[in-house]
Amino acid sequence: MIQYSWLIPTMPALAYVVIILFTRRSRILSGLISIFTMAICFAFSVGILLELLAKAPADRSIPLSWTWLEIPPWSANVGVLIDPLCVNMLLVVTLISLLVQIYSWGYMHDEERFSSYYSYLSLFTASMLLLVVSNNFLQIFVGWELVGLCSYLLIGFWFFKPEAADACKKAFVVNRVGDMGFLMGVVTIGMVFGTFDFKTVFDAVTLGIANGTYDTTHHYIAGIALLLFCGAVGKSAQFPLHVWLPDAMEGPTPVSALIHAATMVAAGVYMVARTYMLFSADPFAMTVVAYTGGFTAIFAASIAVAQNDIKRILAYSTLSQLGYMILALGVGGFTPGMFHLTTHACFKALLFLGAGSVIHGVHNQDIWKMGGLWSKMKITGTTFFIANLAIAGIFPLAGFWSKDEILSAVSESKIPGHEILYYAAVFTAFLTAFYMFRLFFVVFMGQPRDHHAYDHAHESPLTMTGPLMVLAVLSICVGWLNLPGVDSFSKFLHYGEYHEEVFHMGIAIASSIVALAGIGLAFVFYISKPELAGKTADTFKPIYLLLKNKYYVDEFYGWMVKNFLFGFATICTWFDDNIVDDGMVDGTGWITRKMGSLFTLTQTGYVQNYALVIFAGVAAIYLFVSF
Amino acid sequence: MSTIPVVHFLYLAIILFGIGLFGVLVRKNAISVLMGVELMLNAVNINYLAFAKYWNWNSLTGTVFVVFVITIAAAEAAVALAIVISIYRQFKNANVDEVHYLSQ
Repeated sequence: MIQYSWLIPTMPALAYVVIILFTRRSRILSGLISIFTMAICFAFSVGILLELLAKAPADRSIPLSWTWLEIPPWSANVGVLIDPLCVNMLLVVTLISLLVQIYSWGYMHDEERFSSYYSYLSLFTASMLLLVVSNNFLQIFVGWELVGLCSYLLIGFWFFKPEAADACKKAFVVNRVGDMGFLMGVVTIGMVFGTFDFKTVFDAVTLGIANGTYDTTHHYIAGIALLLFCGAVGKSAQFPLHVWLPDAMEGPTPVSALIHAATMVAAGVYMVARTYMLFSADPFAMTVVAYTGGFTAIFAASIAVAQNDIKRILAYSTLSQLGYMILALGVGGFTPGMFHLTTHACFKALLFLGAGSVIHGVHNQDIWKMGGLWSKMKITGTTFFIANLAIAGIFPLAGFWSKDEILSAVSESKIPGHEILYYAAVFTAFLTAFYMFRLFFVVFMGQPRDHHAYDHAHESPLTMTGPLMVLAVLSICVGWLNLPGVDSFSKFLHYGEYHEEVFHMGIAIASSIVALAGIGLAFVFYISKPELAGKTADTFKPIYLLLKNKYYVDEFYGWMVKNFLFGFATICTWFDDNIVDDGMVDGTGWITRKMGSLFTLTQTGYVQNYALVIFAGVAAIYLFVSF
Repeated sequence: MSTIPVVHFLYLAIILFGIGLFGVLVRKNAISVLMGVELMLNAVNINYLAFAKYWNWNSLTGTVFVVFVITIAAAEAAVALAIVISIYRQFKNANVDEVHYLSQ
C-alpha cells in the first residue's frame, strides 16, 4: 500500500478537477464526490498506518522519489516520504477533512455556490496532503503556497461581504511576509547542500556536526532554520504575523474548523517538526522558536479573554494553542508538540464546528446575544462542553495529556530562562480554561439575552451533529494514546532515540488546579455573580481596553504602513514618475526624436542637392585613393 | 598627318563633363538638367573613343560601349522627358527645385 501512497494527494486533486469541469451543475454529485474521495483517503491513510506498524521501528521511514526537473548541478524531485510523522499528520488531515466535509453538507445547504465550495475543499485537502507527504523542500513549498491559495479562496468565499474580501487579502499578504523567509530558506538549502531532499540534507548536517565542519558558533544552520521558521510563523500565525488568523474567521465556519484550526495552521508546526534536524542542530534556533511560541501562547490567550465574537475567541485560542506546540518543539519536546497538534486538531475542530452549529441556530456571532442555549441544543452543548474540558486540560480528556507533556518538556528543557516559559505556559493554561468557560457559560448557560434569536434557535441536522459526536469521542479518547507507562504514541513518533517519558505528578496536579481555578473564576464571573465581571473590567479599564483592542497590534501595523510604507512608496512613486518615466524612458525617446529631426535637415528633397553630394563623394573618394 | 595627342581629347571631355555637371547641379529647368546629363554622357563617349584610338584600335570594346551609351541615353531621354511632362502637368512648370516632396 505504501508504494501507492502518492495517490493520497492525487485523489482529492482529481476530485477538484472533476467537480470543476463536469459536476458543477449538480450540488449533490459534487458534494458526494468530494466526501467520498476524502473517505477513501482516510481509509488509505489507516491502511498505511497499519502497514507501517507491522514493520520494525527502524524500517519505518520509506521514501519514494521521481525526478521532476533537472537543471545541472541541481535536480528537483517529487516524492513521498512515509514515516510516523507523516502518517500521523495524514490521519489528522484526512479525518478532520472528512468530518468537516460531512458537516458542511448541512451547514452550507442554502449556499448557491455549493459545488464551488466542495471543489475548494478538495483542492485544499489535495494541497495539504501534498505538503504532508513531501520528501523535499521544494515540494513542501509548492504545497505550502497552494494551501495559502485555498485559504485565500475559502476565507473570501463570501467575497461580496467587504470584511471577507479584506480578510482574505490580509491573510494572503501577511502570509507572503513569512513565505518570503521560507522561500529564502529553501533556496539557501539548495545552494548550500545542492539538493532539496530532506534525507540528504539531514544526513549532510548530521555528518557535518559529527566531524566538526559545521561550526555552531557561526549559527549558519540556525540561520537556515530560522528562515524556514519565518514561514512557520506566517502559516501558524505566531506573533508578530498572527494578525491574519482572527480576521480569517470571515470565512464559512467549517472552513475555519478545517483550515484555520486543525490542519493548515498546523502546517507550520508540522514543517518545523519535519525539519527538526536543522533546528535541533543549534540551541540558538531552538531558543528563538521556544520564545516565539511561548510568547504567542500567553499573548493570544490574554486577548481571547476580552473578545465577544464566538469565532474570534476560538481564533485567539487557536493562536495560543499553536504557540504551545511551537513552544514544545522549541524546548525539544518533539513528541509532545506533535501530540498536542493531534489532540488539538480534534478538540479545536469540535469547538469550531460546535460554534458553527450555534451560529447556524441563532444566526449571530456575538456571544452577548446568545445565552441559555443548552436547553435548545443538547447535542451541540454537550459536545462543546466536552471540547471545553479537553482544551482546558481536565483529567482524563485529550488536552490534559498533551498539555502535561508540553509542561514537562518545558520544565525539563535546558534553554536559558525556561522557568519563565514554564510559568507563562501554566498561566496560559489558566487563561485558556477561563476564556473557554466564559464562552461556554455565556453561550449555553444563564438566561436568554436575545429572545428573538433564542426562540428561533434549533438543534442542527444530523449531518452536522454526527461529526460533532465523532469528534467529541476523539476529544476524550485521543489522549489515551499516550497514557503514562504505555506511551504508544511516543513509541511510534519520536525524534532520535526513544526515551521513556516521565510522568510528573506535580506538574499534572499543578496544571489541573490551574485549569479548575480558571473554570471556577469563569463560573463566578458569568454564572453566580454576573455583575462582578463588568465591575472588574471597569476597575482595570486600561488593561481591559488593551486586551479588547488586541494590544493595538493591527492599529500599530496600520500606522506603520500609513506612515513609513506609504511614505517610502510616495518617494518611490516620485522617483518612478520623474526619474524613470520622465527622465529615462521619455528622455530616450526625446533624444532619438531630436537626433532624427537633426538628420532630416540633410534630406532636402532637392534632387540636385543629392547629385551634388554624390559628386562630392566621388571626388572625395578619388582624392583619398590617389593621394 | 600629324596626330592630335590624346590629352587634347581628354581636355575636351573634361570641359564637356564640367559643363554638363554644372547644368545638372545648378539649372532649374528640368529640360536643361536633362541636357546636362546628355553632355556628361557624351563627354564619357569622347573618352571611350580617344582611349580606343590610342590604345588599341583593333579592339572593339570602346566603340561598342559608345554605341551602348548612345542607345541608353536615347532610352533615358525618352523616359525622363515623359517624367518631365508629368511634372509639368502636375505643377504647371518644370522647375526641379519645386519638386521636393520627398522631404516632407
